[in-house]
Amino acid sequence: MTVIEAAGLTKHFSARRGVFVGKPGTVRAVDGVSFAIGNGTTLGIVGESGCGKTTTAKLVLGLEEPTSGSICFEGRDLRQLDAAGRRRYRKSVQAVFQDPYASLNPRMRISAIIAEPLITNEKVTAGQARHRVDELLELVGLPAHAADLFPHEFSGGQRQRIAIARALALSPKLVVLDEPVSALDVSIRAQILNLLRDLQAQLGLSYLFIAHDLAAVAHMSHTIAVMYLGKIVEMGEARALARAPKHPYTEALFSAALPSHPDERREEVLLPGEVPSPIEPPSGCRFHPRCPRAFTRCAGEVPALRNLEGRLVACHLYDAAETDPAPLPLMAAQIMRT
Amino acid sequence: MSIPAEIARRSSPLAAVRKVRMRDYPVIPLAILGIVTLVAIFANQLAPHNPEVGILTARFKPPFWQHGGSTEYLLGTDQLGRDVLSRLIFGARISMVVGFTAVIFAGALGTFLGILSGYLGGWVDQVVMRLTDTWLALPALTFAIFLAAIVGPSMWNIVIILGVTYWTRYARVIRGEVLALKEREFVRLAIVAGCSKWTIMRHHILPNVINSAIVLGSLMLGVVIIAEATLSFLGVGVPPPQPAWGLMLSDGKQGLMVGYWWLTVFPGLGIMLLVLSANLLGDWLRVKLDPQLRQL
Repeated sequence: MTVIEAAGLTKHFSARRGVFVGKPGTVRAVDGVSFAIGNGTTLGIVGESGCGKTTTAKLVLGLEEPTSGSICFEGRDLRQLDAAGRRRYRKSVQAVFQDPYASLNPRMRISAIIAEPLITNEKVTAGQARHRVDELLELVGLPAHAADLFPHEFSGGQRQRIAIARALALSPKLVVLDEPVSALDVSIRAQILNLLRDLQAQLGLSYLFIAHDLAAVAHMSHTIAVMYLGKIVEMGEARALARAPKHPYTEALFSAALPSHPDERREEVLLPGEVPSPIEPPSGCRFHPRCPRAFTRCAGEVPALRNLEGRLVACHLYDAAETDPAPLPLMAAQIMRT
Repeated sequence: MSIPAEIARRSSPLAAVRKVRMRDYPVIPLAILGIVTLVAIFANQLAPHNPEVGILTARFKPPFWQHGGSTEYLLGTDQLGRDVLSRLIFGARISMVVGFTAVIFAGALGTFLGILSGYLGGWVDQVVMRLTDTWLALPALTFAIFLAAIVGPSMWNIVIILGVTYWTRYARVIRGEVLALKEREFVRLAIVAGCSKWTIMRHHILPNVINSAIVLGSLMLGVVIIAEATLSFLGVGVPPPQPAWGLMLSDGKQGLMVGYWWLTVFPGLGIMLLVLSANLLGDWLRVKLDPQLRQL
């Protein structure tokens, strides 16, 4: 059973440049992205900054309206939901953001912060809300007296626990984790990631986990999607994808991650240049100007995501193999089941 | 050799006292404001005479230390034989009441519109910002005189006029703060949690801009007090016979030529000290509470 399914999700921002200079450009932040997240599973999205990870998260959270494409929640298209349906969606999808110093209102007590989603969406008495706050604090491993303190009295890791408690207040089905550990000390990261995994096992949560830390994504996710300039270039089962990346970009990305052992030697793939501007993405495959294995076809033709040994890859290198471009959401769902 | 000397200088008890006194609290401005506030509150008990009724046979008496003065009228009397000290004391009450209420009124109006403008954006923002542009293009005092001429002089009219004249600075500053604030993650999370725009503005935006509003208010206090004195001086402020400091200056300025200096010097000193204290306190608060406003 999939919780959420995105099909051909696209978000363009218009970028006005000078008053006198040229035509208005369009930033293709997210361009035809499809994925599905199953009940109790995690989809990890990785990519460099500016690849559209965070915009994808905002689309799922309803903070941005998609330019085109659809999001289905439990089989129903969000755009066709009535007011009650939208409210149910909002209650089912919550978020934890990157910066624990910016995500808690400095002027509110912890109890008010955690209870806010509850009070906003449900008719609860002060006593019930307080009881739920105590429950949630215990769930994320914080002492009960934390409820009466202010955010500045906590460390980064504790603040992130508070943010998680708040996200869980409504017992959501899906939690969008937008770089939840990037701002934390390395020593705290593992604690928070393990807490998130425990909570997933305990509460049957689904996660949309967005990060640029590959080790964290590989540790957390069931499925990984790799994004480059607004498009998914490779998506598949987490461990297989991390062990044997197929797309040259995925290869480069994973070779750049630190090995788990200092003596471990691996082949380094160095990418020349910078991520190109999403206002004028390169023709054909968007990765071809930096790709170490590009050939003529890459510049002219956009590679489609194709099923390759149970994985989706968008690369002309694998065109020779007998593959068919299949309807993407369907295939994404298939991959989720395996 | 220079190092022990340095340490000795720094650790001397006198240096420590000086540091605390001068750096941490603006003692003199606070003392002046405190005294003026107390005087304003206890004006009825402190004033030796009725400030509005004079004895015509005792006109133009000089302060007690000058020849012809008496301790009956410590700071002398004016052209109607009213005690200058009593008028000064009741004038402090008018300055403080007008100053504080006008600042609060301007602050409430400006903060409200600034939050609306910054958070809602779109046409609301356009309307409010064009309105403040227009307001700022008008010379504030001329505008206030114009309004006073329309609604007529009275103390509470002056409060409203000054509030309506000076709200734009709040709106500008608060809007800027809100623009930065609404991109913060806790505001996004409040949207995800389903809070209404109204709730977000009240619970997430307002408490985080109130500091800046207070700092701005303390800076505006001096401006508003001097504006009230100016209006009263020009005859469109607090109507006579109420003893506003600006009015006392205006009444006494003719006497200046014939040596009745006490009619203008005392209210002038009062205005100067009060405005100076308010400004110094505001500067200190700004540096202390809100580093972002240092450029203001």
